[in-house]
Amino acid sequence: MKARVHVMLKNGVLDPQGEAVRHALGALGFDKVEGVRQGKVIDLDLTEGATEADVKDMCEKLLANTVIESYQIEMA
Amino acid sequence: MMKAAVVVFPGSNCDRDLAVAFEQAGFDVSMVWHKDSQLPEAVDIVGVPGGFSYGDYLRCGAIAAQSPICQAVVAHAERGGYALGVCNGFQILTETGVLPGALLRNAGLKYICRTVDLTVATSDSAFTQGYNAGDVIGVPIAHHDGNYYADDATVAALQDQDRIAFTYVDNPNGSVADIAGILSGNRRVLGMMPHPERAADEGHGGTDGVAMFRALSGLLTDA
Repeated sequence: MKARVHVMLKNGVLDPQGEAVRHALGALGFDKVEGVRQGKVIDLDLTEGATEADVKDMCEKLLANTVIESYQIEMA
Repeated sequence: MMKAAVVVFPGSNCDRDLAVAFEQAGFDVSMVWHKDSQLPEAVDIVGVPGGFSYGDYLRCGAIAAQSPICQAVVAHAERGGYALGVCNGFQILTETGVLPGALLRNAGLKYICRTVDLTVATSDSAFTQGYNAGDVIGVPIAHHDGNYYADDATVAALQDQDRIAFTYVDNPNGSVADIAGILSGNRRVLGMMPHPERAADEGHGGTDGVAMFRALSGLLTDA
């Protein structure tokens, strides 16, 4: 059983790394990029019976800092 | 004698500097390992030092905040104990929720290591009573993730409650409201990105941090 967690900075929180990537893309001539937000993907191998609620608990306690980050969970 | 404990995580690198600063101000200092689940008895103040605890994995301070000793530090703070978190220690204290907000990557994306001017924003705390509000002091910073962020309501509350301890004269990292250090609601926990323990000896090139450790020492003696 697997879960994938996407962690992103919340809207409204400045993402300087995403901004730097946007600038670099512009410098390479990619002129169709209006914005870049950079986040992280965390893959979890879970034991059978683990639920989305378990993963949500992990996100709230450790995987995301909900002061600045939002998260999305995909169970597979 | 007043007792200080300095927490040591794997990857801490300012723990001994912080211990020396406490010692020079007259504290009896003990070092506490991250796996310990208790602070030494009758500790007056806990120092959470700078460094790169657990390699800054996941987020700066995130793993340290879950360590056994941090549970004890949180309990100490909740009991009304004093705590000082510097740099990574500030990041850790925000991750535990003892202090509000979070530290983001510097707006300029670069690691910055130099002495900066800070304005003492309040003298109303055990940490800052040795300064006058408005004093400008020189204290080194050394961080990649020192860009203080909190939502508007939190920043307004910090301002209304006079809980901003230090601000940058020339904001180096994009921190909201130029914030360099903040106090807890009971004013007994200070988190700051600049390193007062690196401005605590003539050999450091500056001694503007000494007044903080002396004031703490004096306060706790009188108490």
